Amino acid sequence: MSRLIVASIGPASSVQDGGRPGSQRYGLPPSGALDRLALAVANCLVGNAPFAAAIEIGPFGAAFSARDGAVRLAISGAPRNADIDGRPVAHETSVTLRDGETLTLGFARSGAFSYLAIEGAVRGAAVFGSLAVNARAGLGSPYPRPLQAGDEFSLDNASDAPEQRIELPKLASGPIRVVLGPQDDEFDAANKALFLDSEWRISATSDRMGYRLEGPVIKHLHGHNIVSDGTVNGSIQVPGNGAPIVLMMDRGTSGGYPKIATVISPDLGRFAQVSVGTAFRFKAAGMAEAQDAARAFVQLLRTLPDRLRPADSFALNIDALHDANVAGHAVSAVDAGTWQTSAEP
Amino acid sequence: MAAPLSPPRLLPSGDCAVTVEFSRTIDDDANQRVLALDRAVAAAAIEGVIEAVPTYRSLLVHYDPCVIGFDGLGGKLLALAGQPAPPSAKPRRWRIPVAYGGEHGIDLEDVAKTLDTTPDDIVARHIAGDYRIAMIGFTPGWSYLSGLEPFLHMPRRQNPRLSTPAGTISIGGVQTGIQCLAGPSGWHLLGRTPVRTYQLHRNPIFLTEPGDRVTFFAIDHKTFAEQDRAAEAGEIIAELVAP
Repeated sequence: MSRLIVASIGPASSVQDGGRPGSQRYGLPPSGALDRLALAVANCLVGNAPFAAAIEIGPFGAAFSARDGAVRLAISGAPRNADIDGRPVAHETSVTLRDGETLTLGFARSGAFSYLAIEGAVRGAAVFGSLAVNARAGLGSPYPRPLQAGDEFSLDNASDAPEQRIELPKLASGPIRVVLGPQDDEFDAANKALFLDSEWRISATSDRMGYRLEGPVIKHLHGHNIVSDGTVNGSIQVPGNGAPIVLMMDRGTSGGYPKIATVISPDLGRFAQVSVGTAFRFKAAGMAEAQDAARAFVQLLRTLPDRLRPADSFALNIDALHDANVAGHAVSAVDAGTWQTSAEP
Repeated sequence: MAAPLSPPRLLPSGDCAVTVEFSRTIDDDANQRVLALDRAVAAAAIEGVIEAVPTYRSLLVHYDPCVIGFDGLGGKLLALAGQPAPPSAKPRRWRIPVAYGGEHGIDLEDVAKTLDTTPDDIVARHIAGDYRIAMIGFTPGWSYLSGLEPFLHMPRRQNPRLSTPAGTISIGGVQTGIQCLAGPSGWHLLGRTPVRTYQLHRNPIFLTEPGDRVTFFAIDHKTFAEQDRAAEAGEIIAELVAP
């Protein structure tokens, strides 16, 4: 029996999986990974089910040590410098951490959240089918709270499966697509245009409940109080101060501010990866376009196992080279969410 | 013959959910229709529907766009909204104990002063109410009740409190509510109940359902302390009575 020990870890890091939908009528938010594609990629690389429980790591660094045996793992999502006792570790490639070795992860170079999947997945006691941490409701396993140094995960010894990398298709960039509504009629045409045509930044006060946006003030037509109604992942509500909040996986299940638009599901992970202070834009999508994109996204998730390659195989990936050599730190976080793939068919 | 019901509005909530809106205001008839459609959607077992979330004035339906599209689902929901709903499968009434005033209801005296009456009168009026759970939302187990008598309608506090205790029974606007977890609130705190509407290591985890009826009765602070310990250990405490 191996153990993976958290040697050090920053805030906003917790165990997440596909979440626990089904109890929103009781006020329980679904929780789950902010970037579902990245979660699925990391899990795929170590042979887990796509939405198995893994470790969501916030923008700061972290370190993990193997004890009592080897641990096979993979990192996806926000790219960061990674090494095992000085040996570089490739992004989105499985690797085996031998007994006594330490994996050290730097700050996110771009994006915000990385996913560390371990072969066999994080183990714990599921509630409503999920180990996802929701600290406010006291839910999550094995720790119902953000991770801390000293926490540990028990797992079977690493298999001797060959290490793998993954080839993802053309990566998405550009504005975050939204469907207007459900309360876009609480805003006049000028304010809807202001919302869609402006540059926005993510506030430092953002968390898994909601991302606060900095930009122009969006004014309501009839005041900011509506009778509470239901929220979804990606609901964009506009409170009294006119600064929109994008509701995320630990959101309140109902809310009393008008919701001008909703981030579409295939773009929500890409949005979650926009780092604090980075500029981005929204773009309105029609319902047909949004649902086509949602279906293409699900199709991509299904094909992930077919995209695995031996880790030591070589492929000339023009996009990856371009990103690595040219994009660097100057590109916007939206464009830099390069592990994300386009949901366009 | 009853007038035909006005059809609800279908409001897009992204690519994976639709809001079926019956009213823009807090309206008891609209809430009844929301709860009726909630039952109808559950009974219809529409392929692709993941879950439905009733609120005061609308039903939010989460669905999988890989299985059913916006137009297809919208048509089915409008058809269900226009038909008589199946009766409630398990109409239930809860009797919920409340320790009013003092440290458990720090706003009781202020509420009485504002409404120019006595704390005992406020408690008597609150207990006399026959309430229905219009929705559960915001945080786990937070049950919003309709049926508060107009005398007790009060604007929310100017300055919401950042933290209010678990089990708080409060009033705000035209509503009263049972708050399960500690958290922020702008409502007026009348008392506390030992009842947990949400408790992780208990069966059932969630006690209350939208549509359940509720009445309150007063307990003293000593009884609260005893029942609070029992509830923490997993006892249900709330009394289930015939509707």
